[in-house]
Amino acid sequence: MKRSLLTALALILVLSLGLAGCKSSSESTGGKGSSSGGGVMIYGRGGDAVGLDPAHETDGESFIVTEQVMETLTGYKKENTDVVPELAKSWKISDGGKKYTFTLEKGVKFQDGTDFNADAVVKNFDRWMNGDAAKFPYYASMFGGYKKDPGHVIKEVKAIDDTTVEFTLKRPQAPFLKNLAMSPFAISSPAAIDKYGDKYGEHPVGTGPFKFKEWKRGDTISVVKNDKYWKKGLPKLDGVTFKVIKDNSSRLNALTKGEVDLIDGVNPSDLDKIKADNKLQIFERPSMNVAYFGFNVEKAPFNKKEVRQAISHLVNKDELIKNFYNGTAEPAATPLPSSIAGQNKDIQDYGYDEAKAKELLKKAGYEKGFKMDLWAMPVSRPYMPNGQKIAEAIQANLAKVGIKANIVTFEWGTYLEKLRKGEAPAFLIGWTGDNGDADNFLYALLDKDTIDSNNYSRYKSEPVHKLLIEAQSTADEGKREELYKKAQEIIHEDAPWVPLVHAKPQLAGTNSIKGFYPHPKGSQSFVDVSMK
Amino acid sequence: MFSYTIRRIGLLIPVLLGMTFIVFMMIRAIPGNPAQLILGQQASKQAIATLTKQLGLDQPWYSQFVHYLTGLFQGDLGMSLKSRTPISEELWPYLAATIELSLVAILIAVVVGVNAGIISAWFQNSWFDYGVMLIALIGVSMPIFWLGLMEQYFVSIKWDLLPTTGRDNIRMPVEAITHLYLLDTLLEGRFDQFIEVVKHLILPGIALGTIPMAIIARMTRSSMLEVMRSDYIRTAKAKGLKMFWVVYKHSLKNAMIPVVTVIGLQTGLLLGGAILTETIFGWPGVGTYIYDAIQSRDYPVIQSGILVVATLFVLINLFVDILYAAIDPRIKY
Repeated sequence: MKRSLLTALALILVLSLGLAGCKSSSESTGGKGSSSGGGVMIYGRGGDAVGLDPAHETDGESFIVTEQVMETLTGYKKENTDVVPELAKSWKISDGGKKYTFTLEKGVKFQDGTDFNADAVVKNFDRWMNGDAAKFPYYASMFGGYKKDPGHVIKEVKAIDDTTVEFTLKRPQAPFLKNLAMSPFAISSPAAIDKYGDKYGEHPVGTGPFKFKEWKRGDTISVVKNDKYWKKGLPKLDGVTFKVIKDNSSRLNALTKGEVDLIDGVNPSDLDKIKADNKLQIFERPSMNVAYFGFNVEKAPFNKKEVRQAISHLVNKDELIKNFYNGTAEPAATPLPSSIAGQNKDIQDYGYDEAKAKELLKKAGYEKGFKMDLWAMPVSRPYMPNGQKIAEAIQANLAKVGIKANIVTFEWGTYLEKLRKGEAPAFLIGWTGDNGDADNFLYALLDKDTIDSNNYSRYKSEPVHKLLIEAQSTADEGKREELYKKAQEIIHEDAPWVPLVHAKPQLAGTNSIKGFYPHPKGSQSFVDVSMK
Repeated sequence: MFSYTIRRIGLLIPVLLGMTFIVFMMIRAIPGNPAQLILGQQASKQAIATLTKQLGLDQPWYSQFVHYLTGLFQGDLGMSLKSRTPISEELWPYLAATIELSLVAILIAVVVGVNAGIISAWFQNSWFDYGVMLIALIGVSMPIFWLGLMEQYFVSIKWDLLPTTGRDNIRMPVEAITHLYLLDTLLEGRFDQFIEVVKHLILPGIALGTIPMAIIARMTRSSMLEVMRSDYIRTAKAKGLKMFWVVYKHSLKNAMIPVVTVIGLQTGLLLGGAILTETIFGWPGVGTYIYDAIQSRDYPVIQSGILVVATLFVLINLFVDILYAAIDPRIKY
């Protein structure tokens, strides 16, 4: 007995010595105090990446990692979705918008030491256009299909010389430059693709500011500084580690404790707590989304414009924002958020007005109201944190004019499938933009071509269709904006939806973080972020 | 004993087969198309159709089942639909994380639970006894996510004693060899990291261990009370043996059988049921792995994940059954 007591005491002694020793060593390896403004930034987030070959993936958690490792030909401005040069330093558009000639940056190398050049660009595009929907899903949505499909926009990608690459299109595609800036179309090292084959998604290699280092699935992904990065003096950080902490409150706890430096997915209800902590700062991501309450315009009573307008007068957006978004959203008057060029700011929203709603209902012959099914989203999305609660708030307002809404919901996959088939009479849903172009909202969600796809309202308007198609093939940005503004006016009058809000996702970080701007598209490179 | 073990392992096969079949049918009965969930909201109809076909989900269920079973018998757990990585490659790190956490949790539960139960029985109807039983009652009904967040708030943030989340200090990550970090850090001779890993294990270990701890305490107490009323204990007391030895030696050994059974069952349960703890503590364990797979209808991952956890569960209970004979020589197989 005495002997075991002694052993236990000895063990405790050793343990406490170790604890003391570890404290000093963690301080020295912390890296936070280094003078170069570098250090490793730990980014806490709610989910792991699915894979690290961006062309293959569709989720933001994958893209935020691949954007550190790889770069695209064109890029976005820091604060909005205007196109700026990236790997292509300039370009010329000719032949009525059917030919794009890009001049590439000279002397850029992939992280595996091979050259980035026109050939590499061609090889990447060849790989994607010879793929299929299961391999490169985004490619088809943005470029109209694959090589064998008649709708495919790209006719040919050709290397003219080492630093010149020429794209020939079958028809003009106005958002082409914005499409190229999307994360899935980042340029990979062809040598690495050959080397790793099917496993390339675990060993991404690009020209970006950080090199991929390690992936512990479900836990962390780390990238480290690319010492040979082509932009002088960048990146400032020594590396970034992405850490999965699923629970929003725990993630904030880890930030408060200093175990992570930056987190996304902050609960709006925690914002006051963060503001009160002088060691933390809040970052607000500009909105590139829309949450909406849609009607199936083929189904009675929503086939009547007056009914749709009446309901538009019955939704109190300010209340929704106050109660369910903690003020972190803008009321939506049109489908387009303000980060996207072409938003029509002159549109006067319907506004909450019971009397007007009653009048319109009377006109439509529904003086006494009616019964309806209101579909509510089963999952939480940045644009709609709680579909069920929002549905209940709308339900209460509808009841005031005698409309009895019965809330219905389905499992998410089924929900989307049924919406697509037009089975929902009235529904809550939303959209997050892909390429930051108005086309990606208005055409994708409200054109007659996209019925059976993302036009869940089954809204069919010839004048809108004409405007949207014209805008797709117009190169002049100013003219396009005019066309989109006109389309929004017609959509506003027809009211196939009640646009609800444009939500602004919130991030929080320690005060040491400098130079970080959350990009509206949902992720961004940390190339010029530093930690003091 | 040997033939008993063989017979029990033989019995495993039909049990696991039956379970695989039930899981297989159940996850297909819940609505939701994996292809839709993988490709997301923006996906076109054609893309979903193509992917459904590639994943073999357009095949009738029986041919999918036969296909899956054929793979299993060849030792192939299948391929994740979502990450398109073999499950056998993916699973171990998650499983190791859970095993490490579960072992720590059950260790805390056993050490605290058994002793609390013994002392309660020893001083039956004392304030200590009432106190322990009240705490045990609270412990059984405690919501883990709440307990976890409270631990983080007080122990980590307010008192600054232990880290909030994760398995290791991310600023000096552990080099994974076996993925059991306690072992890995020792293999690398990094004692500082070992301490760091221990520190990370304490809070989630307590959160996960609380319910089993309460159950074990109650079970130990009632089992001890029963034994302490028996004749041989009276004899031991009568011959003047110190009470400590009466309780810890003579009573405990005889009271252990039901307690060991409960410990075995609880350990098994922890392996699959640690989802809440894992979520709160940013722990990359197998519970989260399967939970995410259910969210995205990643059928092979759900099937194989549950299969592996169930196999472990059955093996632990087999081990417990064999342990009976060691504890009580009167038991023979």
